[in-house]
Amino acid sequence: MERELRLMKGNEAVAEAAIRAGADGYFGYPITPQSEILEYLMEANPYTTTGMVVLQAESEIAAINMVYGGAGCGKKVMTSSSSPGISLKQEGITYMAGAELPCVVVNVVRGGPGLGTIQPSQSDYFQAVKGGGHGDYHLIVLAPASVQEMADFVGLGFDLAFKYRNPVMILSDGAIGQMMEKVWLSPQKERSKTVPGWATTGKPAGRERNIITSLELDPDRQEVFNRKLVVKYNEIRANEVRCEEFSCEDAEYLMVAYGTSARVCQKAVELARAQGIKAGLLRPITLFPFPSAPINKLAEKVRLILTVEMSAGQMIEDVLLSVSGKVPVYHYGRMGGVVPTPDEVVDCLKTKIIGG
Amino acid sequence: MTEEIIIAGFGGQGVLSMGKIMAYSGVMQDMEVSWMPSYGPEMRGGTANVIVILSNERISSPIIRHFDTGIILNQQSLDKFEEAIKPGGVLIYDGNGITRHPVRKDIRIYRVDAAEEASRLKSPKTYNMIVLGGFLRIKPVLTLENVIKGLRKSLPERYHKLIPENEKSLLRGEEIIKEVKVN
Amino acid sequence: MKEITGMKEIIKPENLVYKKSELLTENIMHYCPGCGHSTTHRILAEVLEEEGLRHDAIGVSPVGCSVFLYNYIDIDWQEAAHGRAPAVATGIKRLMPEKFVFTYQGDGDLAAIGTSETIHSCNRGENIMIIFINNGIYGMTGGQMAPTTLPGMKSSTSPYGRDVSIMGNPLKMTDIVATLPGTYYVTRQSVHTPVNVRRTKRAIRKAVQYQKLNKGTCFIEIVSNCPSGWKMTPVQSNKWMEENMFPFYPLGDLKTPEEQPAN
Repeated sequence: MERELRLMKGNEAVAEAAIRAGADGYFGYPITPQSEILEYLMEANPYTTTGMVVLQAESEIAAINMVYGGAGCGKKVMTSSSSPGISLKQEGITYMAGAELPCVVVNVVRGGPGLGTIQPSQSDYFQAVKGGGHGDYHLIVLAPASVQEMADFVGLGFDLAFKYRNPVMILSDGAIGQMMEKVWLSPQKERSKTVPGWATTGKPAGRERNIITSLELDPDRQEVFNRKLVVKYNEIRANEVRCEEFSCEDAEYLMVAYGTSARVCQKAVELARAQGIKAGLLRPITLFPFPSAPINKLAEKVRLILTVEMSAGQMIEDVLLSVSGKVPVYHYGRMGGVVPTPDEVVDCLKTKIIGG
Repeated sequence: MTEEIIIAGFGGQGVLSMGKIMAYSGVMQDMEVSWMPSYGPEMRGGTANVIVILSNERISSPIIRHFDTGIILNQQSLDKFEEAIKPGGVLIYDGNGITRHPVRKDIRIYRVDAAEEASRLKSPKTYNMIVLGGFLRIKPVLTLENVIKGLRKSLPERYHKLIPENEKSLLRGEEIIKEVKVN
Repeated sequence: MKEITGMKEIIKPENLVYKKSELLTENIMHYCPGCGHSTTHRILAEVLEEEGLRHDAIGVSPVGCSVFLYNYIDIDWQEAAHGRAPAVATGIKRLMPEKFVFTYQGDGDLAAIGTSETIHSCNRGENIMIIFINNGIYGMTGGQMAPTTLPGMKSSTSPYGRDVSIMGNPLKMTDIVATLPGTYYVTRQSVHTPVNVRRTKRAIRKAVQYQKLNKGTCFIEIVSNCPSGWKMTPVQSNKWMEENMFPFYPLGDLKTPEEQPAN
């Protein structure tokens, strides 16, 4: 089957990509600005074609726990929500990290705190990257900057989730979820007929019973498990860093931005260069693992770094850690659902930082 | 070529679907496109707007605050977006219900009385196609052929029988749009 | 171990009247003496074995005293977060519809923090069995007031007795789920006497049959005791349960297939 070109919203692309990636199940609960994912899946009714289960749960909490149950059976299952709903899912997410269950969670971020706004934001960076729920754990966090990546990262997310037995979060935002762009859809993949050995599938004769749990009352044994997680996260750090560079070869001023902000900065780089400012952009695609080494390397040759985020400044902390004080790092951010414009970014770079 | 457009009006005027048809038409014309709607409860019966970008290059930011063209279909949107049009840009508006008309002298202003025309044609559903026809006359960034293809792509199959009526309205829009001189 | 005189002569296959279910592991249960969990675990293991489900059952264990249920019955298990077992079971059953899926939950888990998951799973008619152990108290955390604690009943967080004007009334979850169209079989049993053990076992067996027929949610409440939490001997606790719990939570079927509304 050929790849197929469509014009789709980011949310719709996630849903269609899930079907095509051979997902076994999706469990969700409506919340703006991501409800199209559930709506699209309900309309597509993939149960009649691929056998994929789609269910509207009574809450985000129930949805993530249905994901837990399905993932525990070794199935490719996912959920999606937006910021307030993702907060509700945190309990389930930390349990899944603790039980080492693979799954894909999509967060189409809106501004907070609290009920906040329904407009796009990047204010859930800390929650996604530093944990979110309780306990020492990490999600693998993918940050799409286009509708195409919304689609592509579903399949990639499942691959990484199963490779490392770890939940994967696709950290998007309202802009990418709601906008339509061209997207090349992958051919339909068959749903897997096999499940990993650790899955609960009914204990056959001759194997030990499989137990999916995150509980260990013995501190020494819990520590052994925690160390195992640390080893896994280091392996992920070593193998799975993804980022993209624009005009960095001769850049004197480096912008670091992900998702929608990276789109804005790409334009800002063009505008700045038109004005004779040698700007470049590094776009982290994975936020965990964070592209520390590439940023550190660029810090050797640029004069300064400007992080642009739709938040009060969250990713900047990881950039600061990455550059180890080699160059000054500045933050430019808009909050509350406001998306910065390329002009604003250039203006900030020109007047406040270079000129100031 | 990059054309950055805002379409704004009341929910129900077909603002979002007009944008969608333009985006589909862009795809048919092998262009890069983005369609970024306003979303949320404000749309329910209130104002709706959508940013459409058509380009021959990769589109960087889908959310912008200054536009080459504004297609403005009610007073609130006119008040909000007249200032957002780039100097030298184009403002197209429907005079229906407008009491405070555009005043800028550094842009080109066109009026397409599509509401009146749709009512005359007894074709209220193709209101937005009359507006789109007007736009295509002023900014021929999309060919009519590709717009019909885009229409075919974006309309569910059960509505394909309405395409000739839509085409008629597109052509009518091209005819009735007229430039407005601000004194 | 010292040889007991005559043992060898007695232990012969032809003399066997009862044996431990093969599904019960060698792990020593951590329950307090007299607790109803052990008995319930045993009959659950027996039914799973007798119904030929040892290779086809997936259980969901709760947070609460029975959190380590997975150490005692030799089938595949998932351990759920507090209250979420019915949602986890929903996920399992929807993706593995051919397996026998059940949850085992206490009253705090099922009727307080998990109220929403319980009601909605039952209302959707998830094809699962829910075993609900109601002892009117949070056992594992040390005897705090539960949603099912009786009016006037003392607990570590209602030390002067449950004052319903301040603390609210006990919740009869089983009565609630019986009203939902998604439940097929709803019953309230106990395991404190041999006859009640037999009835409960029969109820579990029915739930297994109904799940095989895709009939919807089967919900079995087991009114039980908590000698430690109630600060009583096992015998006292059973007597107290009969005199105080049963009048409030009367035993018997609340919804049976015979009484289903006609289609």
